Amino acid sequence: MLFQKHSFLIWICLLLLGFSGCNLNTYADADHADPISKQVLNVLDSTGLIPAQEFYSDYFPCNDCHSEIPSNSSRRELVEMHEEILFDHDSENRWCLACHSESDRDSLVLAGGKHLGFDESYKLCGQCHGPKYRDWKLGIHGKRTGEWNGQKIYLLCVNCHDPHSPKIKKLEPMPPPRKPDQIKMDTIYERPEQ
Amino acid sequence: MKDRNNNPHPQRSIDRRNFMKWMAMGTASIASLSALSSCNSDKIESFFQEQFKELDETELAEVLDRLEREYKKEYDTVIEVNSTLPMDHVLYGYGLDLSKCIGCRRCVYACVSENNQSRNPEIHWIEVLEMEKDKGVDLLHSNLYYDHEQVPSDGHFYMPVQCQQCKNPPCVKVCPVEATWTEPDGIVVVDYDWCLGCRNCMSACPYGARSFNWSSPNIPVEEINTKTEYLGNRPRAKGVVEKCTFCIQRVRQGLYPACVEVCPVGSRKFGNLLDEQSEIRIIMKNKRVFILKEELNTQPKFYYFYGT
Repeated sequence: MLFQKHSFLIWICLLLLGFSGCNLNTYADADHADPISKQVLNVLDSTGLIPAQEFYSDYFPCNDCHSEIPSNSSRRELVEMHEEILFDHDSENRWCLACHSESDRDSLVLAGGKHLGFDESYKLCGQCHGPKYRDWKLGIHGKRTGEWNGQKIYLLCVNCHDPHSPKIKKLEPMPPPRKPDQIKMDTIYERPEQ
Repeated sequence: MKDRNNNPHPQRSIDRRNFMKWMAMGTASIASLSALSSCNSDKIESFFQEQFKELDETELAEVLDRLEREYKKEYDTVIEVNSTLPMDHVLYGYGLDLSKCIGCRRCVYACVSENNQSRNPEIHWIEVLEMEKDKGVDLLHSNLYYDHEQVPSDGHFYMPVQCQQCKNPPCVKVCPVEATWTEPDGIVVVDYDWCLGCRNCMSACPYGARSFNWSSPNIPVEEINTKTEYLGNRPRAKGVVEKCTFCIQRVRQGLYPACVEVCPVGSRKFGNLLDEQSEIRIIMKNKRVFILKEELNTQPKFYYFYGT
């Protein structure tokens, strides 16, 4: 009888253990299934994320001129003004007014019609480049400077990518290291002994 | 070998071998004493300086003061030498996005000026390897000396290699005098004043991450980074080994390493491996990550990843 009572208790314990194991697993699975969304919140909530200085073109504020010019929403090649802008950003399907607001040239416009300031341009980029936007918020894509454990400076998309022609341009590399056979001992400066 | 118990001359109080030994020691001590007497007190102190880990607080402060005096004399400029303690609950980890690096070598030279490497002879702690996309990561056919007008060159990708700050560092194991060790925050450091210059660590390192000062380092005085750390970027002497310390003088102040700050494409990532929200941990969790020469069980804390 005593043995039976004990075995009953043992069964209960085993059952509890089993359940707790299940619980742990579900947590792990949930975490695994959606690792990003939780972290986005945490990263954005953490203190001191300050965006780097926004990119403004020489023209800003645009309304200085555009408030006086009647708007022409027909798609065309620009000839009188802004002709120096090389547009190579899905140019087959998009043009200026895909991102710039027609009614307020000092604003950008999302696909749904919402206006954004130029300092929030990353939201506009994010509506097409979803995974990159997600990675940028997590600090995987893009550059952060400042403190690894404190105030970070975020570079925005447009700090590195020209929004009109976003492919990263080639750079001139800094000089290669000297090959061993190029090292001449007599050119090496020796500081006199103190 | 001759059995010492069968010494045929047990009655002699001093045998030839002992006589020679004492003579040699006497001569050596007289020579060293006369050498020391010609030095000033700083030189005597530096001669008797203990290994870094054996210094207590006052001794360390004295050493740092003396080093500042010596640098002042040598470089004629004020160089600040600090010794910052590691932070608690921090283990540094590094990420490098191979899909982004364009091989511009900005990191190499930012490192040189931050860490006071010798300019001539040239010492670089970071080596950027150019590899063919068709071959993948292939160290054997990589090119360190590429010299294009513009990078990235078509069909190539770039893999910077520097100290991997191994958890199981072969360089530390082979040092005969314990002049190099792993700090609690995971940085493998060198006590330049304790290093013999035997270069065992250089041959043990599978990443070629250590450099030797074959001659006195030559840094133009106006280019010296005067904010230095004892275990980090303070100017080195001829005949010692040096290596990347994740910019110990920066990261222990909470700053990113110089190579992270300078990278124009943001391919370099840095953070605390013990913090789940750090960039490096998020990368390790979500991206394709690998470590270099995994089969050697060096357990690097330097993670290459593909951000795309």
